[in-house]
Parts: sequence; C-alpha cells; structure tokens
Amino acid sequence: MVFSFDLFINAVVSGILIGGFYAGVTSGLSLSFGILDIVNIAHPAFIILGSYIAYICNATLGVDPILAAIAVMPVFYVLGSGIYQIYYVSFEKRGQESLRGLAFFFGLLFITEVTLVLYFGVDYRYVEAPYIGPSLHVAQLDLPLRILVPCVVSLLMTAGLQIFLTRSFLGRAVMAVAQDQLALRLMAVDPIRIKRIAFGISIATASLAGAFLIIIQPVEPSVGREYIGRIFAICVLGGMGSLPGTVIAAMLLGIVESLTSTFYGPSWAPAVSFGFLLLTLAVRPAGLLGR
Amino acid sequence: MSATGFSNANSTAASGGAAALLEIENLGKRFGGFVALENIALSVPAGERLGLIGPNGSGKSTLVNCICGTLHNEHGIVQFDGQRVDGLRAHQRTHLGLARSFQLPRPFVSLTLAENIRIPLLYTVARRGGGHHGGHEIEERCAALLRQVGLGDKARRLPRDLTQVEMRKLELARAMAAEPKLLIADEAMAGLTHSEIEDILSLLIRLNEQGVTIILIEHIMSAVMRFSRRLVVLVSGRKIADGMPDEVMRDPEVERAYLGQ
Amino acid sequence: MRTPLFLLIWLAVSAAVFAASVWLGNDYIFFACYVVLQYVVLGTAWNILGGYCGYVNFGSAAFFALGAYSTVAIYQLTRENEFYGLPIPVLMLIGGIVSGIVGFGMGYLTLRLRGAFFAIATLALAVVLQTLVVNWDYVGGSRGAYIIRPEQIEPIGNYIRYLFLLMLLLAVAAITIARLIEHSRLGYGFASIRDDELAAEASGVPTLRLKLIATTISGALMGMAGAPFPYYIGYLQPSSTFGLDYAVNSIAMPLIGGTTSWIGPLIGALLLGSLQQIATVTISSAVNLLIVGFVLVIFVIIAPNGIVGLIHTYLQRKPEDFVGRRQVEAELPGRVQ
Repeated sequence: MVFSFDLFINAVVSGILIGGFYAGVTSGLSLSFGILDIVNIAHPAFIILGSYIAYICNATLGVDPILAAIAVMPVFYVLGSGIYQIYYVSFEKRGQESLRGLAFFFGLLFITEVTLVLYFGVDYRYVEAPYIGPSLHVAQLDLPLRILVPCVVSLLMTAGLQIFLTRSFLGRAVMAVAQDQLALRLMAVDPIRIKRIAFGISIATASLAGAFLIIIQPVEPSVGREYIGRIFAICVLGGMGSLPGTVIAAMLLGIVESLTSTFYGPSWAPAVSFGFLLLTLAVRPAGLLGR
Repeated sequence: MSATGFSNANSTAASGGAAALLEIENLGKRFGGFVALENIALSVPAGERLGLIGPNGSGKSTLVNCICGTLHNEHGIVQFDGQRVDGLRAHQRTHLGLARSFQLPRPFVSLTLAENIRIPLLYTVARRGGGHHGGHEIEERCAALLRQVGLGDKARRLPRDLTQVEMRKLELARAMAAEPKLLIADEAMAGLTHSEIEDILSLLIRLNEQGVTIILIEHIMSAVMRFSRRLVVLVSGRKIADGMPDEVMRDPEVERAYLGQ
Repeated sequence: MRTPLFLLIWLAVSAAVFAASVWLGNDYIFFACYVVLQYVVLGTAWNILGGYCGYVNFGSAAFFALGAYSTVAIYQLTRENEFYGLPIPVLMLIGGIVSGIVGFGMGYLTLRLRGAFFAIATLALAVVLQTLVVNWDYVGGSRGAYIIRPEQIEPIGNYIRYLFLLMLLLAVAAITIARLIEHSRLGYGFASIRDDELAAEASGVPTLRLKLIATTISGALMGMAGAPFPYYIGYLQPSSTFGLDYAVNSIAMPLIGGTTSWIGPLIGALLLGSLQQIATVTISSAVNLLIVGFVLVIFVIIAPNGIVGLIHTYLQRKPEDFVGRRQVEAELPGRVQ
C-alpha cells in the first residue's frame, strides 16, 4: 500500500464521479422504496435490462446509448405501471406486501436475469461512443469521460426528478401519497393512480441508469446483483426518499469504495457498500437527512 | 424504590395512605418537534376505577403506550407495584401485571379466537409460576374468558370473521387473559350499542371487585361518569384536572378546553 | 399425533426411500436427490424464521456457506496436521454450531429492524460474510477449495450414498424440529410475532428472545445442511456457494408449498427441487432459476398460502363429501386442538 497524494486525490475524484452515477441509479429506488415503501429488490434487474437495450440499439443502429435509453423510457414507464398494478392488486390491497410482495420482486429479479442469460449469454457486453476512451486532464486529475458524462447526465436526471417532485402537482401528489392517502382521496385524487405513475417513473429512470452503467463498465446479467446492496445502502443512508440525501450518500459511498479499491484492492469493494448499509441500519435507520 | 427518594407521599392524601399501584412522575414524550406529553404526574392506588378523558389527539393513547412500554418516554418515571418500569420492555411490564387493550384492535389474524386468548395465558400467566397448566385447563380458561365477553360460541373462528364490535371484545378478553393487576381499557366501547356498553361496564366493574385496578379511556361520557371513582382530564399532552368526577366536570378549565360531550 | 410417532414414521419412510434408491442402483439418483433433500432442510430452516415468525431472511446462502466453509477449514487443518479427517456427522454438528452462533449474532444486530429493513440487512450480512471468506486464503479465497472425497465408507459402501443417507436423516430431523416447534408454546409465540408483534409484546411474549431463538435454529439447520456440501461437490467456489440462488430457492420453496406448516417447505422442496433437477438434465442448469422465478411469482400472486393453502380451501369447500365440518376443522394442519 503505497500512499501517494496523487493516487489519493484521483481516487476521491473518481469516487465522486462514480457517486454521481450511483445517485442516478438509486434515484428510482428512492422513489419506489424511499417514498412509496415498495421494496423493489428487482430494480437492478431493470437497470440491466436498460443496459442491454442500450447495447442492442448501439450495436445494431449505432445510436448513442444515452439517447437510446431516453427513447425507450416510455416503454419502461409502461412496464413499471403494469408491474405496480399487479403488485397493488395482489399484495398491497391484501396487506401482504411484506413477505409476498418482496418475494414477487425477488422472483422478477431472477426471471429478468435468467432471461437475459438465455438470450444473450454470459459474455460481457459493452457499447461504443465517442466519449468512451478519452479522458479530461485537469491539473493532476484524470477524469475519464466515460465516467464523467454518465455522472453529469445522471445528476441532471436526479435534479429533474427532484424538481418534478417538489414543483409539479403530480410530483407533490406523489410526496403526499406517502404521507396521507386519505387526505389525497378527499382531494379527489386517486392515490393508486398516483402510485402507479410514480412507480412507472421509477422504472423509467432504470432505463437511463442502464445506459449509464454500460457506458461505465461492460455488463453481463449478474452484474445487477452487486447493485442491490449499493442502491439500498444509498437509499437508506440518504434518508429514504430524500433525493439530495441520495446524492450525498451516493458520493460518500463512491468515495469510500474508490479509496478501498485503490488502497486495499477491489475484492473488498462489495463489503464496503453492504457494510455501509449494515452500519446505517444499525446506527441510524433514518439516514443522514432522514424523514 | 427510585434513586430520587420519591415516596408515595403525594398519593397518601388522595388514597388515605394506601400505596399507589401506578405512580407516574414528570412523564414527557415528544415525536421529533411535536410534544405529545408534558409533565404528566399521576398516582393510581390499587383498586381504583380511574377514568381518563380528553379530546382527540390529547395524548391519551400515547400515555398508555408509555405506561405499558410500547413507547419509551424521554423523561419521567413510571413506577408500577413499587418497581420502576420505564426502562423495561413491554412484555416484562405485562408479566408484572400491567395489561392493556388497543384502541384499534390488533388481533392475531392467523389464530382462532381461543388461540388469541391462549397467547397471554401461555406467556404471562404460565410464566408467573404456579406450575405448568395442562392443555385442557388452558382450553377451559380460554373458553371461559370468551364467554365472559360474549364470544363463547365463536372460539374456533378467525378474527376476520368478526365484526368491529366483536373485535373490541376480543381485545378486552385478551387483556384480561393476562390476569393483570392493572388493566387499561383504551376506548373499548366505541361503536357498541347501549346494552353492549352495559355488558362491558358490568364486566369491568366485576373485574374491579375482584381486585383489578382499571383505567378506562373513553369518549362515551355516560359510561365514564358511571364507572369512574376518579377522573383525569388530558388536553394537548397536559393533565389539566384530576379528582372526583363531578368536581372535574364542573371545573371551568375543563369545560373550556374539552368541548367534547 | 405425538412427536415420537411422527419421527418413527418418517424414519421408516427414509429407510424405504434409501432402500429403493439402492435397489435402483443409478448413482445419479443419489446426486440429484441429495440436492433435493438439501433444499428440504434449507426450506424448512428458512420457514422457521420466515414463515412462522414473519421475518424474511435473504441470507440463507451465508449460513449454508458457513457450514460448508467450516468443513473446508477443518479439512485443511486435519490435512496439514496429518490428522485423520473428522467424520461428517461431527462436521455437521460443527457447521451447525458455527452457523447457529452467526445466526444468533445476526439476529442480535438486525432483529430490531422492521420488515423490509431486516430483509435487506440479512442480504447485506450475507455479502459481507462472503467478502470475508473470499479474502481468507486459508480456505482457498476466490480461487476456491478442493476437497478430496473418499471413495468408500463402511458399511454403506459408496461415499455418495453415505452423504445421501446423512442428508436424508437431516431432512427428517429438520421437519421433526419444525413440527415440534409448531405444536409447542414456541410455535404460538412465533405466530403471534408474525401476526402482530406489538400486540404480542403487550400479551407478554418476549419477542426479541423468541426471534433470536428462531434465527439461531434456522441458521444452525442451514449450517448443518452446508457442512457435507464440500464433500459432495468436490470443489467449492465462494461465488456460487454464497450465491443468491440458495436465497431464492429457500424462499420460494416454503412460499410455494405453504408457510404455515412443516409440510409446506417439504412439498415445495420436493416439487420445485425435482423440477429443477429434471430441467438441469433435459434443458440446462440456467433454466432452473427461471423456473423458480416464474413459479414463485405465479404462486405468490395466485396462491398466497401455497399448496397447503390450496388444499385447505379445497377441503373447506366440500367438507360434507369427506367428513363432518368439526372433523375438518380439527384436522387443519399446524394447529393444536
């Protein structure tokens, strides 16, 4: 373990950039789990699905992955809405969401992953884009564009989501539905419809997140599993539904992971995010900027 | 006894020298910024029939939760039967003889009514000693308790087959099954017909005559006035009155603050 | 039915099963059935915490793997010291103790968390444990560990048959323990925690203590199931041993079979396990998880109480066809009369 300031600074910056990406990946879960209390453990599976769709568009049509993902977002939205409807009718309405709802999403996780394996095999897939490869050099810092670009777009997406939640009527209805469904009904707003829309949006973000992922690293179906712990850790640490909190938590996690990886080796990295999660749950379940 | 040397002196005036079964001193509870309870002091002697009233949101259920251990109070002391209990978990307080029914019934949904009653019998009564009760004896006691609240013929049913009113009776029966020294009935009579209220009232009075101290939390004033030998009024988390029911109801502050009738 | 009789019946069934498989003579049957029996144990163990108490454990793989890695550690130890290897039943005991202690520890750390958080915490713990093992070179680290399986063992002969027999006995033990719990005061306590933990506390149930008992027993059984695994498979790899596949199976099988009784995980494991074995041979092993995923999702939506629940409903629909209504109620599985 040779400590050099250069290495340290680069690790920190790299962590911040990755953190920005993590924030975008988690924002969908902040919506579904943090605000709506739906334990969508299959969220990473949808992200991977997004990665593969971006890959297909990129490999066959030469389209930029991010643009492809944006074009596909409506499809993901519809998928999300449909899944929520099934979830609601089968579990939420019956009050069985804790065990069976969880199992439902767990099943979806596996169905998605294995379907991708059967269709694409376990080879790593990657995309081509002009910003994958070159790096920006600022002073001692080495900023690979393939991480910088997704980071920036990811933060923009997260910011957009936050504006939606705080400024628009629909967004505020989503925040309200988490707190008081009865009040919403009295205002002639159907909470189920709101939740359906919100969950649809949550899955739609997964489409973009998938594009980010495959830009940053090559993807194969089981990569999603690494992200389960990460996104739940960030969501809980960030305060369960607070998007600003999510961003901070994501960057924190990114930095710690990056430092651990640089100085102790990448095989310890999974323990970092999951260890973070355990720590948060044990010490302060309300997270950093808790509700 | 508590480290502050707190004695039962305060209660001697009210109860003529008998030691208080439940002694609460300076109890406070907040939820984030919201102060639910502030500076609550209460002394309940054994055998008392205490009525606890107050507008919705005044903190009655929070007080019950703090007494019973479902919630933990930030400050204050709760003493039960001479022992300080505010650090103890809820099930430990139940073992000591503190039982309550929940305002919104919380039955064990996958168990039959008889099995619902069985839980406190298995875990509280049996634990207190007196040896191991035979399975048959336990069944008898379950059936008897259910009969006392008028649910005798539904012993084999599941809670989902019950009406709201029947669920309240089950709540009460389950609390009674723990053979408590102090029973807190939290709005057990909401939604009952006049004759059903009579039934529950006479049940509680009978329990009291057998030695159980009872705290009745209710909105149905006629029942409260008939049952209580002492009345405590809670408004916005503070105790504003404590005394004989007639005197309390004539208290202008109570009239002013508590508009419910 | 009293427990000793129950145990006797199932031991007799096991003897019959063992005899039948020996008679069939095909070694593959032993290999395949071993896996199915392993799942009977894992599913039953999971159900004690998940079905009876209502706490969903995603970390089944960790307890299973800890049992396996205890065996590996001891194997290395005995091999280095020219010590004759410990017999498998002893290894199972050790695996059970290790995983039981970890189960207790996990419970202590996580059981104060409500529902979903507990589930996520168990997942986190599993990965942390996995990372620790992967970085521990003594047991092979990420490269994996090789265990040399003896060819024969007297008086049974073929070593695989020996492992099969042990797993068979463990499965019988597991369902007997589950049934014992169900019909005891502990079982009622578990059910009350599952239905309403707050009300259970108020009724005098020491919820934390009971939950710890559940996690310990559950973890211990899983560890016992994992202990012979290195000898079964010959080459142990952390990524697959700690894999989510064990988690999804140990959750799916009780959910599909029915979570309220010991029968559920048994039915679920036998059905789903056999299905997966058949699929592995006929199509591919990757399809296994697809099957589990689909069956899980479908059952959880359509038949939330599993196969046992479906049988219940069927029985309640036409009680007159079989026996009187009282008799039907008296025969509902899992409930003491």
